Amino acid sequence: MIANYGYKDGSGEFFISIDTDRCNSCGECVPACPPKVLEMATDEYDPLSEKTVATVREEERKKIKYTCAPCKPASGRGALPCMAACEPGAIAHSW
Amino acid sequence: MAEMQEFWRWTEYNWRHPEMDWRQGKRIASGIDVGSVSSQALVLVDGQIFAFSNLRTGSNSPDSAHKAINGALKDTGMELNNIKYTVGTGYGRVNVPFANRAITEIACHARGANFMAGPKVRTVLDMGGQDCKAIHCDERGKVSNFLMNDKCAAGTGRGMEVMADLLSIPIKDIGDLSYQVDQEPQPVSSTCVVFAKSEALGLMRSGWSKNMVLAAYCSAMAHRVSLLLGRIGVEDQFFITGGIAKNPGVVKRLEKELGIQAVKSQYDSQIAGALGAALFADTLLQKGA
Repeated sequence: MIANYGYKDGSGEFFISIDTDRCNSCGECVPACPPKVLEMATDEYDPLSEKTVATVREEERKKIKYTCAPCKPASGRGALPCMAACEPGAIAHSW
Repeated sequence: MAEMQEFWRWTEYNWRHPEMDWRQGKRIASGIDVGSVSSQALVLVDGQIFAFSNLRTGSNSPDSAHKAINGALKDTGMELNNIKYTVGTGYGRVNVPFANRAITEIACHARGANFMAGPKVRTVLDMGGQDCKAIHCDERGKVSNFLMNDKCAAGTGRGMEVMADLLSIPIKDIGDLSYQVDQEPQPVSSTCVVFAKSEALGLMRSGWSKNMVLAAYCSAMAHRVSLLLGRIGVEDQFFITGGIAKNPGVVKRLEKELGIQAVKSQYDSQIAGALGAALFADTLLQKGA
């Protein structure tokens, strides 16, 4: 499943998409994210599954435009740490 | 002084299966959907809908949950402790005191829509009281992709209630009245509830009829959700849940914009969340939870 976390407002669309079928539950992305946006949890959109997958923490979902900003390529950092840490390539950003 | 009429107020009600005897049932499961505007409780007996209620959510989620389940169980002889498993969902899902588990409403709406409109449904649009969700699901009602418009009540049930009150038109009449116009007007430029309210007043001052304003607002709302749906892609079959599904002013304009008809169901569109929650509760019971 593609889980889209984030929002759309007057300034654009800000979504982190996590492909829970690709996610291999390794948890590498959690320490890789400097502002600690991600966490491992059971898939809340598939209540009958026991698998833990990467999710965006509830309290971060409505402000990722700001929380993720320091990692964005415009500040000269290159690839996003969360995406670089994800071996199966399950994480994507919409902006 | 004329009595103050509450034009936004829709009718609360409860329903029970006329013949089913719950005492014969083996599995009794319930789902409670405490939304931002309305609350539903639904009881399943052996996987069949036995009773439900549809009420307004108060300021206190635990109270609303109790009121909803008491409404559903009224005159059935069933007590809260006869229910073996309860799943809470919706905006207030963590505040349902008697729930065994809380499940997100996205999963519940997809599951409920699967039951209400059949396994062929792939796209579910939940137009709720305070947010709007576009969900893509598989033949078992499992979510495969979703998008939520939160942060804002634009294009939702609450926005409609505000409009009903502003124009002094009973909320259930909005859809039909919005078609009683000579010519379809341009959509209002903003669906933001606060801006739309002042825009509506401005339009009326410049000579628009109430029906024209309603038409412009309904089509703006339809356009807004069509953009949301565009992001996940609309696939046949398409089903709408939530209170706005009962407003033809929005539904028909949305169907026209998407070029696809929404599936009609015999069930009340507002119970989808509670139904999905109850179906999960039923499955969890079967699994021995």
